Amino acid sequence: MSKYMIPANLAVSDTGFLFMPSTGETFTLNEIGRDIFKLLQTGLTEDEVVSSICEKYDCDASTCRKDLDDFLGQLKNYSLLSEL
Amino acid sequence: MSELKRYERPIINKQYSGFMNKFGTSPITTPKTEIDGIAVNHLVEQFGSPLFVMSERRIRENQRNAYRIFKTRYPKVQFAWSYKTNYLDAVCSVFHSENSWAEVVSEFEYDKARRLGIKGDNIIFNGPDKSREALVKAIRNKSKIHIDHFDELYLIIEITEQIQMKAEVAIRINMDVGVYPKWDRFGFNYENGEAWQAIKRIMANKNLKLVGLHTHIGTYMMSAEAYRIAATNMALLTRSIRDEYKHLLQYIDMGGGFASNNTLIGQYLPAEQVVPSLEQFADAISSGLFSLSFSAEDLPLLILETGRALVDDAGYLITSVLANKRLSGGKRALIIDAGVNILFTSFWYKHKISPAQECGVYQEEAAIYGPLCMNIDCVRESITLPSLKQGDKLIIEHVGAYDMTQWMQFITLRPNVVMVMEDKSTELIRKAETLEYIIERENLPAKFQKK
Ligand SMILES: Cc1ncc(COP(=O)(O)O)c(C=O)c1O
Repeated sequence: MSKYMIPANLAVSDTGFLFMPSTGETFTLNEIGRDIFKLLQTGLTEDEVVSSICEKYDCDASTCRKDLDDFLGQLKNYSLLSEL
Repeated sequence: MSELKRYERPIINKQYSGFMNKFGTSPITTPKTEIDGIAVNHLVEQFGSPLFVMSERRIRENQRNAYRIFKTRYPKVQFAWSYKTNYLDAVCSVFHSENSWAEVVSEFEYDKARRLGIKGDNIIFNGPDKSREALVKAIRNKSKIHIDHFDELYLIIEITEQIQMKAEVAIRINMDVGVYPKWDRFGFNYENGEAWQAIKRIMANKNLKLVGLHTHIGTYMMSAEAYRIAATNMALLTRSIRDEYKHLLQYIDMGGGFASNNTLIGQYLPAEQVVPSLEQFADAISSGLFSLSFSAEDLPLLILETGRALVDDAGYLITSVLANKRLSGGKRALIIDAGVNILFTSFWYKHKISPAQECGVYQEEAAIYGPLCMNIDCVRESITLPSLKQGDKLIIEHVGAYDMTQWMQFITLRPNVVMVMEDKSTELIRKAETLEYIIERENLPAKFQKK
């Protein structure tokens, strides 16, 4: 089961604003994106993220998993995440 | 857990500081869940997806509005519906019931108009391709034949001698109105005297009756001034004909070409901000016709063959999301069930595209591709849209002009077309194609036929 590592001192604001001090880049996230980002920061695995999201949002696990895969790909693409 | 929140895909967007987002300041996409009061979901359940939807109400509003705008500026106005723009019987019939004549450019369109009961003399026959048979038909029916070239003129003379009938003719005139490219491949040129040559030739023939002059200076014209120049030239020619031959023309036909509210690819500002209004086009034409300085009773009828500006915004295409994808560079792509084969106009327009169900406020840039297994099948290179999932619906707006005539049967079958009627009922006005419909035209040589 994959675990992920998010660079230190990255904080996402309540409005979904993310600043990367090392590069000066900024990003915006929608509400679910924000929730997932925070869950990943606490060290949850993919499965744990999925079940946590499904408890809060009206979605089925397979849709959530598909979208999470895509989202993780995006985070990696922006170097906001590395796999442990 | 009873209070589950609405789910949408997680999204992250990178911000480019210092620049305004190239789509302007984050546009708000409002979903469009119904067309003329009919729920999109309901339409799709009944007629499938993709689905073209025409609005009877909008066509009538557009036509009445355009008539009022011209009629308040010039006393004698007649519209002729440009068949090539959308020749579905139901669409033509709405225009005809608003008193529009038919403007056709082929024998096929001519026959279609006749089938709908349009009187011969209410048909304007344009275009460079009129066969002998088509001309005979048009002459017998007293249709208004707009001559495109000298070969056609001589063919008409020959036919009138053969069948011993007079023909009602006009000539199409091309001219320099300061717009490039110049449309000089249709008709006779004004500046070099070719048009006057043709007029002389017609006036000298007892079997030909010159009833009008025609021009069509281009399509999706963004300059009202071009119409003022064109109308002035037409007026001057009309006056010369009166002065030289003591002959009054019945009409001046200014063609079509007014831009519709669709934004061109490569155009930075939205169409509403750059396209002249119908009032501006009408002002330009009526001020050009001022050069006639005829008495009121001698004024010729002003004919307009307006196409896209009357029907574009009366057409919608409902389409469904087949899949979400990520391109190699990270950009989002949507695959939808409507391709460029049925949305020909996506090659030149950035259509307004709205989600057809409630959606989140968070938006993301995406490309939209059709379902054809072809690289050219790109409906939109870039658009900001909220997150959409498989099965979600989109409405592509302003597709009433040319899409339903220039569409292609390619790889798949063309979909249903419905019309939402004024009384809010829906009518299927063109049935989706079937495999049988396609192969009915084919013939398999006997040696390939399975016993
Ligand atoms: C002769 C003629 N009349 C009318 C039209 C309708 O033009 P539009 O749809 O630009 O108004 C066309 C289209 O090109 C045309 O060729």
